[in-house]
Amino acid sequence: MDAHGPLSDQGLVQLLNRHGERLEDERFSRYAADLDLEALLAMWHDMTVVRAFDKEATSLQRQGELGLWVPSLGQEAAQIGAGHALRESDFVFPSYREHGIALTRGVDLPEILRIFRGLQHGAWDAAEHGFHLYTLVIGAHSLHATGYALAMDRDGLVGTGADSDGAVLCCFGDGATSQGDVNEALTFAAVNNAPIVFMVQNNQFAISEPTTRQSRVPLAQRGSGFGIPAVRYDGNDVVASYAVARWALEHARSGQGPVLIEAFTYRMGAHTTSDDPSKYRSQADESYWAERDPIARLETYLRAQGALTDDAVDAAGVEAKELGRRTREAVKGWERPPAASIFDHVYAEPHATVEAERAWFARYEASFADQGVHA
Amino acid sequence: MSTMTLAGAINRGLRAAMDRDPKVVLMGEDIGQLGGVFRVTDGLWKDFGPDRVVDTPLAESGIVGTAIGMAMRGYTPVLEIQFDGFIFPAYNQITTQLAKMHYRSHGAITLPVVIRVPYSGHIGAVEHHSESPEALFAHTAGLRIVSPATPQDAYDMIQQAIASPDPVLFLEPKARYWDKGEVDESRVASQLDADGGASAATAEMSRGRIAREGKDVTVVAYGPSVRLALQVADAAAAEGTSVEVVDLRSISPLDSDTVVRSAKRTGRVVVVHEAPTAFGAGAELAARVMEQAFFHLHAPVLRVGGFHTPYPGSKFEHDYLPNLDRVLDAVDRVMTH
Repeated sequence: MDAHGPLSDQGLVQLLNRHGERLEDERFSRYAADLDLEALLAMWHDMTVVRAFDKEATSLQRQGELGLWVPSLGQEAAQIGAGHALRESDFVFPSYREHGIALTRGVDLPEILRIFRGLQHGAWDAAEHGFHLYTLVIGAHSLHATGYALAMDRDGLVGTGADSDGAVLCCFGDGATSQGDVNEALTFAAVNNAPIVFMVQNNQFAISEPTTRQSRVPLAQRGSGFGIPAVRYDGNDVVASYAVARWALEHARSGQGPVLIEAFTYRMGAHTTSDDPSKYRSQADESYWAERDPIARLETYLRAQGALTDDAVDAAGVEAKELGRRTREAVKGWERPPAASIFDHVYAEPHATVEAERAWFARYEASFADQGVHA
Repeated sequence: MSTMTLAGAINRGLRAAMDRDPKVVLMGEDIGQLGGVFRVTDGLWKDFGPDRVVDTPLAESGIVGTAIGMAMRGYTPVLEIQFDGFIFPAYNQITTQLAKMHYRSHGAITLPVVIRVPYSGHIGAVEHHSESPEALFAHTAGLRIVSPATPQDAYDMIQQAIASPDPVLFLEPKARYWDKGEVDESRVASQLDADGGASAATAEMSRGRIAREGKDVTVVAYGPSVRLALQVADAAAAEGTSVEVVDLRSISPLDSDTVVRSAKRTGRVVVVHEAPTAFGAGAELAARVMEQAFFHLHAPVLRVGGFHTPYPGSKFEHDYLPNLDRVLDAVDRVMTH
């Protein structure tokens, strides 16, 4: 591994190593100082919940109930750590794999599957959760996030010291850093001092392409050219993920401008259920990262501290099972709205073409009803 | 009533919209101190300040994309894309994001973003400064596309576009910027101040108008081509042919009802636009006239427009663009069919 390249694991901020041992960091330990065992247990809980949900969704896709699924397997620490660092006054612009952050924003996880069952393109109220809809065009949302952050600043919600202060957390992956939109977002955020945290989850793959196809330097280094402070950290370490995200969000909320944080992690699963990672990466690579599993190391630590008991693990297992059951029932129970609903919400005000086609479609459907063929 | 140029009418309309709503923010390249390369925003930076008239980085996708985020928080960004041919870096943001967010969010998110684009030719410019890309956007559901032809419409429609909750591409016929006309500033103000003003405004800017009544041939045009269509009507009248001119004003939605009604009266239709005829607005209009007025037609619907070539060097643009002779030729052909 090139020690200076984008896949280097050198110089990462790390507060919990793969053996489940806490480490000190001169700069970031204090941002994790408020994490008592109860808080860490809550993170562990969320990580296990989202992993169980992810597994269930993958099964549902295999059973033909979903058209596609995008696993978050392996990225739980990066997401739950950041999610726990958020305040209610913050706003998140996810990419499409941030199921863990969705959980921390109060999105009922099964609802996400409405998208992947093909019922609708957006499945939750973005404003209610402070969590925007998933964006599938890579990096496009980074500009929306920047504009939203600039509007928060205009609205006086930044740098006042009040609890109402907020920032935007914008999530994207290593592949997105090559997109023009992401580079424009970094530019617009920098020159306008936008209250935004750009969080790159470098999971090492853009489908099949390793991060070396996107960059010859660690992605966090991109920040310096834009004048944006950046930090690279172990994204499989939930404590570091929390601490770095907390630092970054405080920086942005307090009016000091944008931050770029790079969670170095590993996509343990496929890009989507349509992907086959065996075509482009080795078993040895997967085993190496399995030893760095984000949940396992936290469990080791919590057990060593006596905070995680067999009873708690069993209880989490029961909860995961119940979530799986609820997810299956929800997915199979959703009714498809009438076909004519495809004409709804194309525009906010009536548009003659849509209305003409809606009317034609109604007549067309009614023609079957007259013949008793179609309900 | 006062006399204004078309550019001046847009400037006055922007000023009125900014006075009416503090959430209206202008964004674009060189629109601040300079007042825009065509000076359409002249004086607004001085009067409203750099927070309301924002000089952005030189990145069109960034302008549209950040405007989407601002609109999500209740702002009404009014963007200037400096020239038609420079809109394409923003094409993705406009077509996959701006146009689709309302649908994607089941109506929860509205994006009242207006994108002003100086478009069309006849100014002797270099490459990418004279194009008419409306058809490329009209194919995308979720966008409205309008283009004024007169100072009055420019003044009214820019404010109606800003009031509309939907994203609007506002195409400004740049060769007509210096045309003068009388403008009544009071009518649109009372429309927008009334209850349901935004709905009424959206509906009104979506309708075409009969720019001149006639009985033999309907010539349909919009934006920069309306003046040409009126010249055609004058010339044809001298030869005894009565031309009705429809100024479409809106390309999406396309007010085909007004055209079909006219076609049923005249039985002959010629569509004129600067954009290439192939797959253009005229093609869509011809199809709709055929579907809805086929048995009233005395001749096939003809189109006069740009060719399926890149916009040529400016020494050729008078051959490339519709002109009086080419439109009169089409009128003759539908009359003698």
